[in-house]
Amino acid sequence: MQWINLAYLVAAVFFIIGLKGLSSPRTAPRGNLIGAVGMLIAIVATLVNKEVLSFGWIIAGMVVGGAIGVYIARSVKMTAMPEMVALLNGFGGGASLLVALSQFIITPASSQTTFWLVALTLSALIGSVTVTGSLVAWAKLQGYAEKALRIPNQNLLRVVLGFGAVALSALFIWQGWGWILVLLVAVALVLGVLLVVAIGGADMPVVIALLNSYSGLAAAATGFVLLNNGLIISGALVGASGVILSQIMCKAMNRSLGSVLFGGAMVSDEQMAHVPGKEFYEGKVKSCGAEEVAMLLEDARKVVIAPGYGLAVAQAQHVTQELSALLEQRGVEVDFAIHPVAGRMPGHMNVLLAEAEVPYDKLIEMDDINPEFSQTDVTIVLGANDVTNPAARDDPNSPIYGMPILDVDKSRTVIVIKRSLSPGFAGIPNQLFINDNSLMLFGDAKSVLQELVRAVMEL
Amino acid sequence: MEVLIGALTIFVLAVFVGYEIITKVPPTLHTPLMSGSNAISGIAVIGAILCAGAGEQGNFFSALLGFFALVLAMINIVGGFMVTDRMLQMFKRKKG
Repeated sequence: MQWINLAYLVAAVFFIIGLKGLSSPRTAPRGNLIGAVGMLIAIVATLVNKEVLSFGWIIAGMVVGGAIGVYIARSVKMTAMPEMVALLNGFGGGASLLVALSQFIITPASSQTTFWLVALTLSALIGSVTVTGSLVAWAKLQGYAEKALRIPNQNLLRVVLGFGAVALSALFIWQGWGWILVLLVAVALVLGVLLVVAIGGADMPVVIALLNSYSGLAAAATGFVLLNNGLIISGALVGASGVILSQIMCKAMNRSLGSVLFGGAMVSDEQMAHVPGKEFYEGKVKSCGAEEVAMLLEDARKVVIAPGYGLAVAQAQHVTQELSALLEQRGVEVDFAIHPVAGRMPGHMNVLLAEAEVPYDKLIEMDDINPEFSQTDVTIVLGANDVTNPAARDDPNSPIYGMPILDVDKSRTVIVIKRSLSPGFAGIPNQLFINDNSLMLFGDAKSVLQELVRAVMEL
Repeated sequence: MEVLIGALTIFVLAVFVGYEIITKVPPTLHTPLMSGSNAISGIAVIGAILCAGAGEQGNFFSALLGFFALVLAMINIVGGFMVTDRMLQMFKRKKG
């Protein structure tokens, strides 16, 4: 028996070494492979375990799950990664939930200790919340329910259900009745929906990171049910990872986790009443054409591109890379400034640009690129809005004051490529657009960039 | 009780190890990190195998639950590791 636990330890060490590999893009593919080998070791060790008596269901489950996994991994578009991760979070939580329920049936009542029941309850509870929470997050990311949905008395409802779940948990741990467990799962499933359904689109990166963490914690709780160190360690690793990522995203949006989960909109209605409308821009916005911008780029020595998710919506990653490569050929230094919340999940913009073959050493983090803007001749803002608003840095009365931004306004000239003057997620006008050194280039990102590439080539 | 303390010790230490390694992952790789940790949370597959293969110890229903758990966990493992690799290969492709 002992060597099986030894095998789980080896698997856990492989996961840790694998995650360590992710500290640089160079070592990351090997790290991922090491993690996969660790998983294989854990699976094989479990299969040869004497406790496994029949293989029919196991083989069927592996074939079906594996085939679906291959299909999803091959077919998913990089822009849809947030949806995929949301879905996988839910599957992870669901697996833990189902294992907990099945273990309750398998384990004879005589071996159901209090400790075991506590672990089982946590596994079922966290698993259930993760399943429905993730499915709602997935639906929102798919665009089925873009806006934060307001259910009357939703906070009260959450509190009531929360207390209900706690009471049912206590009763189940005390008595060990199966029907209480079923009821608890039902309540937790509804709770999962309520926790996520009210959260707005801009906050989704935080939510999927948090659900990522939950799926790990559910696995760790399952580890306590089975007293399996492999599950406990792996679950703890994933739990820690999700918590760290949600902290990073919160900081990048200048929000607390509490306000994301319970606060609703980024800018309150009261603040919204003081926000100026279209008159903010009247007569102060300068717009220009592609030829003018091409000439500016021609004379530039250093150009920074600040992409936002609008870039991916317009499917303009590849033409952006084309422009960047063209400028580099002409001796212009080009870098990409990546805000932590660019894209729809942590690190999303990096993946989208890597797919378009932008070398990763050109993708510069916010803190590293900000001091560079004062030496930048031209900055091109592409589909980013709130994260470039200087008001977040300079105007204590702004609703988004304190949010870390890209200091694009410090470069000599700022070109903003945008369809219209419509506001971003925060719903407020952008000071950047009326600055003296800003020029607006209106239009769809992709077609504007194509024009720009043509104009630069004709110079 | 001793077993419980042992398991808790392992859990708490693993959280600290996780915290230390994950903070060293650069933001560039945060998306692969998330899909990779999706794959790792597929470790619930161990529990699923034990449930699906319990034979006479369990009943039809427990085996069925185990089967569905196994399907979900395998999607996470195979899908998670493969899509992470797909992304990481793009980062490797070339250096400027």
